[in-house]
Parts: sequence; structure tokens; C-alpha cells
Amino acid sequence: MSEYPLYEVFVRSKHGLNHKHVGSVHAIDDAMAMENARELYTRRCEGVSIWVVPSKMITASALDDKEALFDPSEDKIYRHASFYELPDEVGHM
Amino acid sequence: MYAQLVETGVKKVKSQDEMSQDESDFQAKIDAEIKIEAKNWMPEAYRKTLIRQISQHAHSEIVGMLPEGNWLTRAPTLKRKLQLLAKIQDEAGHGLYLYSAMETLGADRDVEVEKLHTGKAKYSSIFNYPTLNWTDMGAIGWLVDGAAIVNQVVLQRTSYGPYSRAMVRICKEESFHQRQGYEILLTIMQHGTDAQKAMVQDSINRLWWPSLMMFGPTDDDSPNSKQSLAWKIKRKSNDELRQMFIDQTIPQLEFLGCTAPDPDLKWNEETGHYDFGEIDWSEFYAVLKGNGPCNQERLAKRKSAIDKGAWVREAAVAYAKKQESMKGA
Repeated sequence: MSEYPLYEVFVRSKHGLNHKHVGSVHAIDDAMAMENARELYTRRCEGVSIWVVPSKMITASALDDKEALFDPSEDKIYRHASFYELPDEVGHM
Repeated sequence: MYAQLVETGVKKVKSQDEMSQDESDFQAKIDAEIKIEAKNWMPEAYRKTLIRQISQHAHSEIVGMLPEGNWLTRAPTLKRKLQLLAKIQDEAGHGLYLYSAMETLGADRDVEVEKLHTGKAKYSSIFNYPTLNWTDMGAIGWLVDGAAIVNQVVLQRTSYGPYSRAMVRICKEESFHQRQGYEILLTIMQHGTDAQKAMVQDSINRLWWPSLMMFGPTDDDSPNSKQSLAWKIKRKSNDELRQMFIDQTIPQLEFLGCTAPDPDLKWNEETGHYDFGEIDWSEFYAVLKGNGPCNQERLAKRKSAIDKGAWVREAAVAYAKKQESMKGA
């Protein structure tokens, strides 16, 4: 099976929720990937919708870029609602 | 336990002083319970040990379909047949989750399956025993899947992220297996004829010791455990898991009204655990080496499934190519 390309599988578990990565399958084409994903990941009503995406089509952030990408957000606490102190009289906002 | 005697290739666990900076950072993450992901740096021996353990685990799921497949066409009712089909399909699924987790470590699925077929890779010793009557389906679900659950529940906390996530998914599905097995036995013990009840006891007699062997050798004879525990690939020792299994299984055995084929089995008030007799380790090693009752049959079946399925895989490739060329036209 490893000569078949790898697909990543995403399942929407309920209407209103987003698709979530659940695993991967090997398949020769999109249709087979969908069938394999259905058999492998939704045997017990785990979902209402499936996406399959060829793994090679996914661009992932590099591990070495972790600091460059995510550290800057740590010192921008003013982006959180809790940063702003309002008097109690204002009530819930 | 579906993985037994997994080699780490490590003679002695390194002390802090002997570790390189990378190794030391890695161990610190493990100690802090931070999961290791595929792209993280890891010691080569950690990667290789995981590939060996996860592939052995996956092979066990796949080979584990065979003893049960033996009874699909002979299930006593349509309901039992459907349940057994669903369980076997789950085992296939579990094998596939695990092969996927193994692939994240850079291993190739076909190469690892080939190692199984040439005898280089192992699978659990338990699947080399024959399934001689219908009640074996009950005893396997209850005892074999029960032993697997004890091991796998703990493995949900294993240090490698993809393996841990596969375990979470597998554990969710596995308890159906154990319950359906126990229900098969309970139904017979409550409503069956004397001859049928004797079959239940016979199944337990044959599968009891092999089920205890699933957890692998005693801690004293398990040279690889120390490193696997330090890396948190394993979370509990073989003997700890075996004791947990026995303690939780005996009350279920008594409820069935059956006995274990072990004259030394008794409750120990002092330790709060059951004492049990000596396991015949010569049998365990013989089965693991390939000399169990069904080793050759199991491997021959797996090889033939791959060989006989070759035309299907080739046809799928040809069909996909044709569809692709029609799209271009």
C-alpha cells in the first residue's frame, strides 16, 4: 500500500463544528481515499462530513520557525480583552 | 500486550552526564510529559524502538483477525456473526491506525510488512493458538482483548504523540470487543447445556496461560524495559500490567462460574492482590520463535492475502491512470 500516495483525513463530527484532523490513509486516487477514510474513521457515526487532502499538498510551518512565528504574540497582551480594566459600574462587557 | 520483547538496542540507560545536549533536552521533555512529535529531534534508538514496537503492535492487530475469521461462517446466529464481523473490521482499523503512526517515523509500511513475512518482525504470541470451538470467540474477546486493554489504556500516555493518539482511538473501540466476548460466555453459562458449559471451561483452560504471557517476560527477564520506561514508550512494567489484569479478571471469572487452570491462584489479603502460579516461559519463547501451534499457518495466510490481492492493487492503479487521462482529454 505504501506505493499509493498518502492522504490526510479531516472529519466534521457534528453540524456546526469545524473539520478536525483524525489521521491518514493511503489511496491511489481521491475517490479511494474517501472510501478508505469512511471505513477507517467513521464506523461509529463519528462524523457528518469528511475531507481528504493529499498529504503533499499541505504546507506546514517549520519547527525552526516556531519562535519567529509565535513568540511575538506573547508580548502583545493588549490583544486580549482581560488587558483592559473597566470599573464594575460599567457592568458586563 | 501486543508488543513483547521489543529491542531497544540499548545496553544501559544513559545517565545525565553521559548525554549529549540534544539527548538531555529530549529527556527533559519526556520527564516533563511533553509529547514528542514526528518532526522533533529524537535519539535514533528511540525512533528505532518505536518503529519496532508500533509495527509489532500493528502486525498483531492484523494477524489477530485470523483466529476469529475462522469462526465467521460458523457463528451460531446472524447477530453473533455481525458482531464478530464488526470486531474483526475494528482489528483491521487498529492495524491501519498503527501503521500510519509508524509511518510518521519515516518507516515504510510495505517494508515492515515484509519483515513480518520473513519472520524478522514479531507479533503477539497469543495469535499462534488455534480457535477450536465457538466459545473461543468469547474467551478471546474477554481475555485477549481484556489483556490488550490493560496494556493499551496505559499506552495512551506513551511519549510519542502519534502512537498515543492512535491508542486513544483504539481504546475507545476496544471495550466493545471485551464486552461482546464476555457476553458470549455468560449467555452460555446461564442458558447453555452442560456440554456447552464444558466448552466454555475448555476455552478458558486453553487460553488462560497464553493470555497471561501476552504481557511479556517477567521484569527480571525483560532487559529492554528499563530504557523503554525511561523514554516513557512503556508506562508500566510487564509484571505490573499482568497483575492488574489478573486482579480485575478473577471476579469476572467467578461470576461466570468458571475456574482458572492454576492451582496456585488465590487472594492474598496482605498484598491486596491475587497470587498466581509460575508461567511456563519455555512455551512463551518457543511460540515467539515461531514454534507455536499456528505460526506457520498464520504467516502463510498473511503472505497469500498480499500475493492474491496484487491484481486488485494493480487494477486500482490502472483505473486511476485511466481516469486521470480521461480528465486531460
